[in-house]
Amino acid sequence: MIRFNNVHKWFKDLHVLNGIDLQVAQGEVVVVCGPSGSGKSTMIRTVNQLESINEGEIWVDGKNVADPKTDLNALRAEVGFVFQHFNLYPHLSVLDNITLSPIKVKGMDKAAADKQAVALLERVGLAHKKDAFPAQLSGGQQQRVAIARGLAMEPRVMLFDEPTSALDPEMIGEVLKVMKDLAESGMTMMVVTHEMGFAREVADRVVFIDHGKIVEQAPPEEFFKNPQHERAQQFLRQLLTPMS
Amino acid sequence: MNYNWDWNIFFKSTGIGSEIYLDWFVSGLGWTIAVALVAWIAALAIGSVLGVMRTLPGKVLPAIATAYVELFRNVPLLVQLFLWYFVVPDYLPEATQVWFKQDLNPATSAYISVVVCLALFTAARVCEQVRTGIQALPRGQSAAALAVGFSIGQTYRHVLLPQAFRIIIPPLTSEFLNIFKNSSVASLIGLMELLAQTKQTAEFSANIFEAFTLATVIYFVLNMSLMALMNLVEKKVRIPGMMGGAK
Repeated sequence: MIRFNNVHKWFKDLHVLNGIDLQVAQGEVVVVCGPSGSGKSTMIRTVNQLESINEGEIWVDGKNVADPKTDLNALRAEVGFVFQHFNLYPHLSVLDNITLSPIKVKGMDKAAADKQAVALLERVGLAHKKDAFPAQLSGGQQQRVAIARGLAMEPRVMLFDEPTSALDPEMIGEVLKVMKDLAESGMTMMVVTHEMGFAREVADRVVFIDHGKIVEQAPPEEFFKNPQHERAQQFLRQLLTPMS
Repeated sequence: MNYNWDWNIFFKSTGIGSEIYLDWFVSGLGWTIAVALVAWIAALAIGSVLGVMRTLPGKVLPAIATAYVELFRNVPLLVQLFLWYFVVPDYLPEATQVWFKQDLNPATSAYISVVVCLALFTAARVCEQVRTGIQALPRGQSAAALAVGFSIGQTYRHVLLPQAFRIIIPPLTSEFLNIFKNSSVASLIGLMELLAQTKQTAEFSANIFEAFTLATVIYFVLNMSLMALMNLVEKKVRIPGMMGGAK
């Protein structure tokens, strides 16, 4: 479904992506983790070309996203993206946040879009908030709306860029639960996160990235029990016992 | 100071037809509003397009908009007006020139010049406000819009501009008031708007203080009403839950 072929990217002198090779199969849930500055957010943003790449190829659903001939708008409509800071449209109600793109991009009629939005809100447990505005919701609620907004385009893949990093601790669970349900429904997902509990429980594979390179990838039980790469071992130690 | 105020002057005959001086003020106010409103609508449209251009990716469109702003912002308004009224018409095609200078009623040609002048001058200022409004939005907003498959046009139309315009209502209000005040330059090319009528009243009646007091009051009340109107607009479009918004 997603395939990175030797992808490179530079920010001026900084080599942020240094030959990424990765495949994500349909229905697979891949968690990407790594120290901050390792390039994991940049990497996930290249999949729908919110970040361009300098070298290599990225194939999404059979289309090369770096090819200028690829219709990026059409491609992005099939790839849901959930941001660290939610990025809901503050001037629109929850319902309108979800229906805007189905109506404007897909040409869905308003009644059908509303019906779909209410169903999605039920799925993320927020049907009662459909008329609220984003600023009236908690962070966890906003992120659940953002997930519903992504799903409204009926994407073939969902990308999550640190979806819980900006949340208060007690709100992380509600978002992860929605993501877990989504994974169980068979959605192809690529998730950048530090939530190792989520990785252990939901991921099919954990990818560890450092200095723009994938240094290790393994099923979660292997990755957590027996990390091969020294940097990954250190990272996990830090994560599990941060004060030591 | 020894001055005999005579507030009845406005109800006295001007000596021209059956008009009283108040009629001149009413007609002057009419021209002032006609100049300012039409110029404002044009300035808002042109300025918004330029403001969007300045925030677009690429080099050419932002450069064009920037050059426009620098040009119109750095030449005094009065100089611009004289250029539009005295100079530019001479460079029009022959037929248009004859039409503008001879066929048109002089008030109409002055009106066209001053509306064009104020619209283009104010557009440069509106442009800067629209640009800052767009740039004040978190970068995540355009990323979120692009990520669901919106084109650049749709991103501006549905996501960026509705938010940017809300942010810039206060500075836009002051530009809106400025255009009413700036419209008084029209008196210098013979358009009988409020200031010109005031001066004429002062000269005809010799009641200078009364004439200018009334003009001051009219400008003040006019601008205060516009401000109140814009406050209503601002309240109406406030986003629930946002700072200062309805709960």
